[in-house]
Amino acid sequence: MRSHHDMGGLEAGPVEPTEHDYAPWEKRVDALMMLLSARGHLKVDELRRNVEALGPDAYDTMSYYERWISSITATLIQRGVLTSDEIGRRMSKVEAEHASEIAGRRAS
Amino acid sequence: MSSHEHQDHEHHDHHDHDHPHAPPPDADGTLTYYQALELAVTSLLIEKSVFSADEMRRQIEAMDARHAGLGGRLVARAWVDQDFKARALADGSAAAREIGLEIGPLKLIVVENTPEVHNLVVCTLCSCYPRMLLGLPPDWYKSRAYRSRAVREPRAVLREFGTEIPDDIEVRVHDSTADMRYLVLPRRPAGTDGWAEERLAALATRDSMVGVALAQPT
Repeated sequence: MRSHHDMGGLEAGPVEPTEHDYAPWEKRVDALMMLLSARGHLKVDELRRNVEALGPDAYDTMSYYERWISSITATLIQRGVLTSDEIGRRMSKVEAEHASEIAGRRAS
Repeated sequence: MSSHEHQDHEHHDHHDHDHPHAPPPDADGTLTYYQALELAVTSLLIEKSVFSADEMRRQIEAMDARHAGLGGRLVARAWVDQDFKARALADGSAAAREIGLEIGPLKLIVVENTPEVHNLVVCTLCSCYPRMLLGLPPDWYKSRAYRSRAVREPRAVLREFGTEIPDDIEVRVHDSTADMRYLVLPRRPAGTDGWAEERLAALATRDSMVGVALAQPT
């Protein structure tokens, strides 16, 4: 059976000529891929394999760079560059800092 | 680069440099799960000296500097120089380097539109694209509809882009991979004899080099 990402030749609706200017966070995800691959921490095939491993639902509902950052993170954990524990803790910190920054902005 | 990112950098400079940290979240007040994930991963990697914040900034600037004008230079040179065109069709990577275009390790394959053949590029499995010569791909290139149908009914897909290819012209579709990136050499528009290379380069639009459009005189 063909895998979900392997969609060449399937039926689909019209091509909507959509495009958008990439947001700074999307450019950072792209840069992450380039920097990690230049330093031997990620291969393009790994990036794609871990995108494909997200499963059909995630593949269809997540945006392109959401899939990429998920895949990059999975690759870094698989390779032992980062642990899921440290990523989780750092995310909490990032979110807390963001919340307090927003609160500070509202107060001022 | 947007002014927004400039602000990010200034913000950076005002911080103490004792500990490395990621750029701040985008300033629109929202921070999605995936944006937080990116910030967490980036800051950890900087902390572990996998790369520096400065290298991240320079990488983003380098990608921002990639645009279809680079591919257009290659096309324009091929239009005015038959020997160069032959070299480009034989080895796209070498031809790009010959005119000073840095394309990294990827293998570039240049495919020529002729009165008999029209070429179209897709990546059915993902999003491979000659980004070093065209910049980041547009959303539609990565869409399910384009990836699915470009190989099945290319003429119908081309019509959706307003490009009608007569039945007596063969349509060839090239499915890219991570290691092989295709660039279409569009046909030189009529009425452009004697034009300077720079002026010609502007006619080779991004869409004409992906093959969903023709190069048009403006």
